[in-house]
Amino acid sequence: MAVFLTKESRVLVQGMTGGEGMKHTRRMLAAGTNVVGGVNPRKAGRTVDFDDRAVPVFGSVADGMRSTGADVTVVFVPPAFAKAAVVEAADAGIGLVVVITEGIPVHDSVAFTAYAKEKGTRIVGPNCPGLITPGQSNAGIIPADITKPGRIGLVSKSGTLTYQLMYELRDIGFSTCVGIGGDPVVGTTHIDCLAAFQDDPDTELIVLIGEIGGDAEERAAAYIREHVTKPVVGYIAGFTAPVGRTMGHAGAIVSGSSGTAQAKKEALEAVGVKVGTTPTDTARLVLALLDVDRDTTGADHDTADADRDTARG
Amino acid sequence: MDLYEHQARGLFEEHGIPVPRADVTSSAEEAREIARGLGGRVVVKAQVKTGGRGKAGGVRLAADPAAAELTARQILGMDIKGHTVGKVMLAQPVDIEAEFYVAYVLDRAAGRFLAVASAEGGTEIEEVAARRPEAVARIPIDPAEGVHSAKAGEIAAAAGLPPQTVDVLERLWEVLVREDAVLVEVNPLVRTNKGQILALDGKVTLDDNARFRQNRWDTEGAVHDDPLEAAAAAKGLNYVKLDGEVGIIGNGAGLVMSTLDVVAGCGARPANFLDIGGGASARIMADGLSVILSDPDVKSVFVNVFGGITACDAVADGIVRALDEVRLTKPLVVRLDGNNAVRGRAILDERAHPLVQQATTMDGAARRAAQLAHTS
Repeated sequence: MAVFLTKESRVLVQGMTGGEGMKHTRRMLAAGTNVVGGVNPRKAGRTVDFDDRAVPVFGSVADGMRSTGADVTVVFVPPAFAKAAVVEAADAGIGLVVVITEGIPVHDSVAFTAYAKEKGTRIVGPNCPGLITPGQSNAGIIPADITKPGRIGLVSKSGTLTYQLMYELRDIGFSTCVGIGGDPVVGTTHIDCLAAFQDDPDTELIVLIGEIGGDAEERAAAYIREHVTKPVVGYIAGFTAPVGRTMGHAGAIVSGSSGTAQAKKEALEAVGVKVGTTPTDTARLVLALLDVDRDTTGADHDTADADRDTARG
Repeated sequence: MDLYEHQARGLFEEHGIPVPRADVTSSAEEAREIARGLGGRVVVKAQVKTGGRGKAGGVRLAADPAAAELTARQILGMDIKGHTVGKVMLAQPVDIEAEFYVAYVLDRAAGRFLAVASAEGGTEIEEVAARRPEAVARIPIDPAEGVHSAKAGEIAAAAGLPPQTVDVLERLWEVLVREDAVLVEVNPLVRTNKGQILALDGKVTLDDNARFRQNRWDTEGAVHDDPLEAAAAAKGLNYVKLDGEVGIIGNGAGLVMSTLDVVAGCGARPANFLDIGGGASARIMADGLSVILSDPDVKSVFVNVFGGITACDAVADGIVRALDEVRLTKPLVVRLDGNNAVRGRAILDERAHPLVQQATTMDGAARRAAQLAHTS
């Protein structure tokens, strides 16, 4: 089943003909993603060859949807054009827009996330690695070959921490991993993912990765208390990170939260979430909750034997 | 990017928000001339991007131009919470009858901007908000609608502000949108004893992501007090200097933050934050190493890379080429994990640099780097 993305998903790529778009479309296809087309008004009607696959280019998201039945689009266009790309996709009525683009002005993100919500379009991102349902489909830039299908659902602000946990738990595997992005305003939140994983019969346990700033993790904790019955394991980065720039008085007035890693950890632990001290410790907590004894799984687990490694010269 | 008060004042003035007459300078002699032009009696205000400057003695009244020069001389060069005062603003004093607070700020949870306003402005606003939240109005702004006179009227009424502030609220929204700001705050917005509304002090934070369409602040852009941060910025590195002894290089902001935590958990202190991004090329690795090795506090260096899109063998190649370019003076612990990790580790083993050690796990590598920092 998985969440948001399955092997049935038909994926368009906005900005497919650019450098990043080409590179990652090739990777998405290699991961089994059903990429049905690219979008570029100046190159409509052409096709782009990716190894053994010829992918058509459409002049608009609407054209692409009409011709292919696409229901997902991945956005690689530069920041200056990202807002128009997302608005176009929402106007076309597509179900899911994954915005990989980094560096989008926050006024644009505020505008397009509000617009998409009104149109009933889900946004993942911006400034995110996308999402992957291993073995089925990969929409974005998450490396597909570091893990396998399984029963853990993962939601994270951070790309590389997502990869780290996917890799540490590759012998158990994942239902879906969602990189929601680290920008101040994102379309899909931790809470949206918790709700989806709670309802997903293929997900047995949820890993939630957060970091300093904002109060999304505190809000997630409140949601978990009320709505999540599956076990949740957390990890928070940024205990020793430098304190961010001041936000005048307004930031503190609005959230009422300090936004520190410690506050987030305490909020999660208060609702029964086990929080790891390191990514590896987090993986250990997952294994314990799933009652997995690594020694019997036969996995090539070079992530569990830290002490031996310190002697390596 | 945070603007200085005088820059915020300039923006307010451009957008038609009434502000006191004022000018800015880095010279005490010039301060005397400015004071003369403003009528003699002036407030001399340190220009620093931090709060609490009044309590630190950075805001003082001067009775005449000579006193303004003297005061400016005292304030210029002052250290306020680690910020050196490079400029002072001189402003005409006003007789305050009432202080208000108005701001537009990003509400991350709601994904939209929020008007925050109170009839009880001033330096105690955070305490007011904490003790009596009902004294601070919070009104969400629909991004498709923005703030026009009706909305501004609603905000003023909710906060108990006088009707003359409605125009300021409308214009302040214009500052936020036109200038691509993520925060605009006027505190205090005052009513003078002559009934005039004036923005006495303000804070504006611009969105760095909007530089491609808002480039006029570039010349006054990021100023790095720390020489290592300045050197790193010149090389285009995402580097922040910290107080510890273990130099850190990693890929991805989340992983680097996590690396700092894991090193701290091993009883050592990280010397810096350095995110080299996804690529981890030889160039950026060499640049990063040279900045970190020039930090006299650094006793050991921990390179923590997860090979995802860029596989570990390519990262190891980059490290080996960087080692040809940069003379390693301190022990280096490398942890490569992820795609092609075995091949990547073999490449480093083959290079067999006497100061380079490898560990296959993040926790193990952090422990090793911490030990080396304590013994070397």
